[in-house]
Amino acid sequence: MPARIQIVENILSANDELAARNRAAFDRAGVLALNLMASPGAGKTSLILRTLEALRGRVRLGVIEGDLASSIDTDRARAAGIPAFQINTGGQCHLDAVMVQAAMHELPLAQLDVVIIENVGNLVCPIEFRLGSHLSVLIASIPEGDDKPYKYPSAYRGVQALVVNKVDLLPYVPFRMDYFREGVEALNPGLVTFPLSCRTGEGLAAWADWLVARVTENRSPAAH
Amino acid sequence: MHELSVTQSVLDIALTHAERAGAKRVLAIDLVIGDLASILDDSVQFYWEMIAKGTPAEGATLRFTRLPLELRCTDCGRIFSPGADNFSCPACNSSRVRVNQGEELRVESIEVE
Repeated sequence: MPARIQIVENILSANDELAARNRAAFDRAGVLALNLMASPGAGKTSLILRTLEALRGRVRLGVIEGDLASSIDTDRARAAGIPAFQINTGGQCHLDAVMVQAAMHELPLAQLDVVIIENVGNLVCPIEFRLGSHLSVLIASIPEGDDKPYKYPSAYRGVQALVVNKVDLLPYVPFRMDYFREGVEALNPGLVTFPLSCRTGEGLAAWADWLVARVTENRSPAAH
Repeated sequence: MHELSVTQSVLDIALTHAERAGAKRVLAIDLVIGDLASILDDSVQFYWEMIAKGTPAEGATLRFTRLPLELRCTDCGRIFSPGADNFSCPACNSSRVRVNQGEELRVESIEVE
């Protein structure tokens, strides 16, 4: 006799559970983990390198790089003096908690304050997969256009900060900031937003200060 | 192509619950998927036939319940499905809106024997 079993379980609950374990491991090491997401070319690696410069002497940074193939980003990070570990996803379009679990222990966590996990460049697939990070940050960039919150709404949900990169291109690209912000506000009310340019350095100080404040919060006993 | 990971998780959940119930076979799986989850039914179906093969869930029917993105206007309370490039309320034109539905991604139930 066929029977129906009620389940009502999130499809990705197994990944979520592993992500919670990653988060606990980051907590034990006193490390703030940040999941950095964006489309290809939005400036994920540039932001990491700029953030390193801005935080030097204040915060010790490590990087986990997710890429389909190649170690270009990891090489750039290491050349800049950041402990970095490369995950090659072998074609998979997103990082998941399993990959991060394997990678995080390749970094000297005890000597770090922040680990930035650079997700695969993609505005769709990474969104559903929790990694165990404390913060998720999305980068949008001016040349991508002002309609991205409407076209990729899920990317704007569940992130704790939004970086709007390449603002130095605003004079050359049609981009209605009000229209863009309206879409963001509907999807993620009150989202803290940092318009900046990794090329000129404009706006980077506000982003770096915000990140330092999150690290300080994470270090204080009240956070745990 | 994150549907492969999603489909694998669906299979794991179905097999776990079927085994727990002492069932021999999974006949059908009911999935509830919101449009914000960016999952293509056809893609899940495609992977399903590959990965369920040789398991007690081989041949099981996948039934999809799709939930469209719905917004709720915080000014007038209207619940609506937004247009492709505009989230404003169609009743009062307010842009103060919140997501009401569309992020669902769950296995609702399975049918076993």
